Amino acid sequence: MMEHTSKAVLSVRNMSMNFGGLRALSEVDIEVRQGEVVALIGPNGAGKTTFFNCITGIYTPTEGQVLAYPRDGKEKRINGMRTNHVCELGMARTFQNIRLFPSMTALENVMIGRHCRTKTGILGAVLRGAKTRREEQEVVDKSYQLLKKVGLEKVANEYSRNLPYGAQRRLEIARALATEPFLLLLDEPAAGMNPQETLELKEMVTRIREEFQVSVLLIEHDMKMVMSLSDRIYVMEYGRVISTGTPVEVSADPQVIRAYLGEESDA
Amino acid sequence: MATNTLAANLKKSAIAALWLAFLTLPVMVIRVDTVEKTITWRWMHLLYMLVGSFVLAIAWHFMMDRRDRGAAARETEGGVQDSALSRTLNNPRVLRPLMALGFLVAATFPWVFSMYQTNILVSALIYVVLGLGLNITVGLAGLLDLGYVAFYAVGAYAYALLNYHFHLGFWTVLPMAAILGSFFGILLGFPVLRLRGDYLAIVTLGFGQIVKLVLENWNSFSFGPSGVSNISRPGLFGYSYSVEQATTYIYYIMLALVLLAILVTTRLKDSRIGRAWLALREDEIACQAMGIDNTRAKLMAFSLGATLAAVMGAVFAAKTTFINPASFSFMESAMILAIVVLGGMGSILGVILGAFLLILLPEYMRAFSEYRMLLFGATMILVMVFRPEGLIKARRKVYKINTETA
Ligand SMILES: Nc1ncnc2c1ncn2[C@@H]1O[C@H](COP(=O)(O)OP(=O)(O)O)[C@@H](O)[C@H]1O
Ligand SMILES: [Mg+2]
Repeated sequence: MMEHTSKAVLSVRNMSMNFGGLRALSEVDIEVRQGEVVALIGPNGAGKTTFFNCITGIYTPTEGQVLAYPRDGKEKRINGMRTNHVCELGMARTFQNIRLFPSMTALENVMIGRHCRTKTGILGAVLRGAKTRREEQEVVDKSYQLLKKVGLEKVANEYSRNLPYGAQRRLEIARALATEPFLLLLDEPAAGMNPQETLELKEMVTRIREEFQVSVLLIEHDMKMVMSLSDRIYVMEYGRVISTGTPVEVSADPQVIRAYLGEESDA
Repeated sequence: MATNTLAANLKKSAIAALWLAFLTLPVMVIRVDTVEKTITWRWMHLLYMLVGSFVLAIAWHFMMDRRDRGAAARETEGGVQDSALSRTLNNPRVLRPLMALGFLVAATFPWVFSMYQTNILVSALIYVVLGLGLNITVGLAGLLDLGYVAFYAVGAYAYALLNYHFHLGFWTVLPMAAILGSFFGILLGFPVLRLRGDYLAIVTLGFGQIVKLVLENWNSFSFGPSGVSNISRPGLFGYSYSVEQATTYIYYIMLALVLLAILVTTRLKDSRIGRAWLALREDEIACQAMGIDNTRAKLMAFSLGATLAAVMGAVFAAKTTFINPASFSFMESAMILAIVVLGGMGSILGVILGAFLLILLPEYMRAFSEYRMLLFGATMILVMVFRPEGLIKARRKVYKINTETA
């Protein structure tokens, strides 16, 4: 699965993020290439979620470059770009603490993901002409297909707040996929899942990568999942990348063993 | 378990009753006659106070327990339970005949009932549209706007002043009022884009007050507190008509506008735009992260709500032929908000019901007019405690899925 030769889809260079006096990220260099699954690991508070927030426009990085290469191949500098434009560009994320729309149904949650790929405006919605109705039906059908892909078609009309934890995590992935991303950013997708669910999730991510031709950058604590799923791993500690390489290389790095794996190898 | 809670409730109610009786002792029991210089001790009042508050407290605890048990049951069932009222009214087999009946009554109303009744109904219909407009901003997009009446004033003064200075007719000004309303909606929208919740409420409240103060004090523009009078009634192809006929005419104009507002808001609610508003209300960060332009969605919600209010303002000015700033006080905003909240945030049927209840009931219960505000407040508190989703819960559209297209 090594695709070292393929081109980058995300290239973060020398990025730092300060919150007042606190340096949450410091000179981070991370690259994700086409078709790769890259994992970002590290102890709690290492700055992984902050990294996601910086590259999705929720925070503006204090220093450095964030470059994205969408499907059209044109380089885009995305530091400080508005969150919705980053998503429109093709980088969709999930959240560590699930952020679904609780009183919308599972189907509607995915339909929200289609928003940036559809056009109906106020006038179209009020007149509801043939074009609007066609687009609306397409949104419904595509969203339903996505629910099927993550195994949630049976609960399409349930409110998302009533879904079990594991299902909510998968729904977030379906919602992100609905935006047609080239890069999927998953923040601890297996958190709170049991081993069986985690295994299914792993298979699902592999399947999604193949079928949707997306690259995946995931933050994860489950070492078994990270080691078997990812092509490359970045290890962070105190806002710095302390090691990077294939799962085998990283797990042999003495610095990593000391900083992370050594104390939490079975976490 | 049940006896335990009952005992606990009795104890709590008794303590509450004692406290209340003690606190109200100086007012309820002691009566000082300053002329005769005597003090009467009305001990019977203490008893009334004790018994009355005890009974009320018991009833309160009983209702609270029922509510909590209902919530617990809902949790375990997993489904979302609608109230009997919502279920009945959302059932097409009840709704259809009811709508047909409503339509029949609405179509013939001015011919069956007196001019006085028709006039009252016209005000109720105005509040229906105002409610539907605010429902877009507050109910769907979740932006708490306490200065909504400002847009109503914009429409009313637009018609009144254009009519006074340039003799423009109602039908000419109506679209102008709509455009002006949407413009003012965006004007208010921009500075409050970053605000949420309480802060948004306070700034919009301020905006409402500013508009009212300007109208009250800028005499050369708005004729100050004395307002504008002799505003023309809507034109009817150049025919002249009596006051009575005018009421009927305006009634039908309002009926058409209500139907239009219902159509527009229903279609918007179930559209791409409406879903974006709901997502915005539910979780602003997730909404933006999923590619929705928050700024656009918010401005659209503000300006569409404002458009409906401004159109209603023009109708109001044409109906009463006289307007002054007193008609656009904060109480109006509060009233419209109460309609939305009581009816059910985001529910179009609920807002219509809320408008009729809050506007028509006080009209027909003039006997209680002294207690109007008290009853109003008590009703709102009770609704918020026992039925936070309003009288009618917003119904989510059920989507038809084409499974063949893979
Ligand atoms: N908005 C913020 N303001 C101040 N400090 C923050 C903010 N967001 C994150 N941090 C800090 O940045 C550090 C990294 O946090 P985070 O990225 O959530 O870690 P991780 O996801 O690796 O567990 C923590 O010390 C956290 O307190
Ligand atoms: Mg985190």
